[in-house]
Amino acid sequence: MGTPPPTPPPDESQPAGSGRRRFLGYLLAAPTLVAAAELGDWGPAAGTAQAAIPTPPQPPELYDLNDMLTDAALPTANLISVRLHSDGTASLDLPRAEVGQGITTSSAMLVAEELDLPLDKVRITLADARPELLFNQLTGASNTTISTYTPIRVAAALAKGRLLEAAAAEFGEAVSRLTGRAGVITSEGGRRATYGSLAKKAASVATKQVSVELKERSDFTVIGTPRSRIDAVDIVTGRKKFATDLRVEGALPTMVCRPPTINGTVESVRNRAEVEAMPGITDVAVVGTGVAVRGRTFGQCIDAVRALRVTWGPGSAEGKSDASVLSELRKAEIPPAVPKLGPLTKTVEGDFTFHFASNSALEPNSAVADVRSDRAEIWSGLKSPIVAQQTIAKKLGLPQDAVTVHVTEGGGSFGRKLFFDAAIEAAEISQKMGKPVKLMWHRTDDFRQGRTHPMCTSRVRATYAAGNVLSYEQRHTSISTDFTHGLGEIITRMASKLPAGNLGFAETIFTLTQQSPYRFGATTQLLSEVDQGFNTGSMRNIYSPNVRVAQELVVDRLAAGMKKDPYRFRREFLKDERALAVLEKVAEAGDWGRTMPSRTAQGIAVHPEYHGVVAALVEMDCRPETTDREVRDGVTGPRVTKVVCAVDVGLAVNPRGLEAQMMGGIMDGIALALTSSLHLKDGYFLEGSWDNYFYTRQWNTPPELKIIVMPPTTGKPGGAGELGVPAAMAAVACAYARATGTMPTTFPINHDDELAFEPEPVQPPIPQSPTDGLEHAH
Amino acid sequence: MPTHTFTLNGEQVTVEAEDDVRLLWVLRDILGVTGPKYGCGLEVCRACTSHINGKAFNPCAVRVQDVDPGDEITTIEGLADTSDQELHPMQRAWLERDVAQCGYCQPGQIMTAVAVVRKAREEGREVGEADLDAIRNICRCGTYHRIREAIVEGARNM
Ligand code: FES
Ligand code: FES
Repeated sequence: MGTPPPTPPPDESQPAGSGRRRFLGYLLAAPTLVAAAELGDWGPAAGTAQAAIPTPPQPPELYDLNDMLTDAALPTANLISVRLHSDGTASLDLPRAEVGQGITTSSAMLVAEELDLPLDKVRITLADARPELLFNQLTGASNTTISTYTPIRVAAALAKGRLLEAAAAEFGEAVSRLTGRAGVITSEGGRRATYGSLAKKAASVATKQVSVELKERSDFTVIGTPRSRIDAVDIVTGRKKFATDLRVEGALPTMVCRPPTINGTVESVRNRAEVEAMPGITDVAVVGTGVAVRGRTFGQCIDAVRALRVTWGPGSAEGKSDASVLSELRKAEIPPAVPKLGPLTKTVEGDFTFHFASNSALEPNSAVADVRSDRAEIWSGLKSPIVAQQTIAKKLGLPQDAVTVHVTEGGGSFGRKLFFDAAIEAAEISQKMGKPVKLMWHRTDDFRQGRTHPMCTSRVRATYAAGNVLSYEQRHTSISTDFTHGLGEIITRMASKLPAGNLGFAETIFTLTQQSPYRFGATTQLLSEVDQGFNTGSMRNIYSPNVRVAQELVVDRLAAGMKKDPYRFRREFLKDERALAVLEKVAEAGDWGRTMPSRTAQGIAVHPEYHGVVAALVEMDCRPETTDREVRDGVTGPRVTKVVCAVDVGLAVNPRGLEAQMMGGIMDGIALALTSSLHLKDGYFLEGSWDNYFYTRQWNTPPELKIIVMPPTTGKPGGAGELGVPAAMAAVACAYARATGTMPTTFPINHDDELAFEPEPVQPPIPQSPTDGLEHAH
Repeated sequence: MPTHTFTLNGEQVTVEAEDDVRLLWVLRDILGVTGPKYGCGLEVCRACTSHINGKAFNPCAVRVQDVDPGDEITTIEGLADTSDQELHPMQRAWLERDVAQCGYCQPGQIMTAVAVVRKAREEGREVGEADLDAIRNICRCGTYHRIREAIVEGARNM
């Protein structure tokens, strides 16, 4: 691949016949046609919502986390390229991670649109770590489509233009007499050539810069139309490959015997020789996180882990419990600043606790590593592969370019795959054993030692008088969130551009993401953090679900205090037209205010973020016949019976995929509000399986679910992956409060109930697999 | 090492493995059949769900010694061959509804769905809300609603 001269990407000054904006990209010297464009968002920052006086705009309305990520991507002068092949297909090596959010499909749609090629002729692969991309290979903060929307289209449009030129030369006709459609170029003179037949002829001998116009939105035939996932057939036939499905020569199953408390350390192994002699076991090695075993099958690794007798040193949260962490948080809370006002002013307060929650995906942490004396090769689902490559190289004592990092398809992420815990551990084990390994975490380890969304509190104080809300203060206090996956470096680099000034990483992210969509006068939302003894990370958003729940519950209180209906109150105080539109949509489609039996109720909430906005209307059933349902080893309780969600992301590239993201976000919101959390006791989490950690199950899902994708508004895609969770969680909380007459203050609401399961022991650290599966065949 | 013989996706296989190794690892680690996924190894998440003699079961909870030579094991890879079309009606319904997100749970979901429909039919009825509510398979991506729609649709063509 040639190196193009450095040039600012959009050439907005260039006059063009149509008066339309032209975009610059490159044709790359290659044996077949390759067109490329620089990564990054090329438009001005969106989010220019009109802020109403007297509520001055909050930072995220002017410049948010996504703007920072796209700006960070801008000056890297590195390319995303579309390649045409002789078989008529086009391919794109996407420097992002697919973990279920559908970006391979939406990226293929962008290529298909501008290239006028059928969608099934576009292949998307996930790029290995490309260190030259610097800050531009991070999949997070729902940023992928925002940052790749223009460059992918520019590259595809350039390729199309080049194909037309090649065909014109071939036919001896002017380009203006040619059209390209469905992978074929036809001329008015009746000549015809497939893209495949032109792929080599259209190749460029030298790398050069060219400009191109993009399609008008009114000409789109692919973007904005509902499409199914491009990997759907591979999924339903079992062919889709995740990290542990790969066959890498010599990479045998490997597991780690982990400490009984969070981040405990190995002092000694008492029966190493005995375990090495167990059936199937090939190696035992002490590593930083525990004792690794490698064997013929994972089943034999489980046996070996259980057989190991290890003396453990203390961990990083020794002796801690939910109660002790809560008192740490209490001590760190920043008090509100607005003084008690005159006698005519009323105050509403809320004080909420959100417990630790696991961001464990269904695919546990896993990675394949083959480390040799002079090089290493890693395979894993990674959202920050460059940082992974750098960190692994350092750990192994190898130069960065001796470490090849392959990004595999991920079985869910929710924040987990921003980190590379399995990849770095697999590399260490492979180096110690001198053999390739296929590392998989046991489910129990994934809950107990894996990353969590940190426990936090949110305190709110709002004041109102004479029909106006005068002030809104929110103080969010959290166990530290780990940002050492690359976002931290981005913040350091972008510090001078940030409106928030010189804050720490976490405070910067908080300031860039948290906004109040309401005209509530003097508004401040602040974060403070404590305690770095936990393995933390984001979880389908960092702060928003909890901040939003606290705010929406207080909004309902304000409405009650001012004797207003919760929906009408929100309509009156929302700042932004788009927020208003989604709110009105769900109220209408969900029949807000309909008469419902006692102990059932509706709740409504709205959430703006990432240049998008979503509203949710929830119906909740808290009648005893529902809450007392019995499910073996499951949690029932109140049931969400209906959700209506309306979402406006500016422009939905793939409405079907967007609906899927909202559906997933709603299921997360229900879980976080009602059933799913980790219980900390004596320095470890009690949960060890999916029948302990109660993520939403079929018996908790709303029988009725309606998702409405709003027509395009801004014309530019916003983020979608995380958007649904806060609105859904908040609407569930509000509906629960209205159904029961009690505002919940602890989340999930069942956290302090009697434990619904018998915790597995911590030594041995993982339970044995049952043997009675045939008795349960059905 | 002991050998074990059974029918896997229509073909007879013989494999060497210690008696107590769970069938999931025999399939995945020894035979390279990776459609059934690991999500817990505790008969909880159901990501490994496959069929034994047409019934859904979890191979993570069955020792290979307990599988008899006459037993027919079907994994997601062999499901289509149990129908007379290129894909099983339940797989087609999954495509029709675009159910999958990351896809990790979906082989298990589809194998469970087929068994749930068969069981209801054996009891002389169609799948209803109560059957859907009783499905234990985890989907951490939260595709539950489309799963419900797809099962009802797939049942129609089964
Ligand atoms: S892996 Fe078999 S049920 Fe979870
Ligand atoms: S699709 Fe990802 S776990 Fe179900």
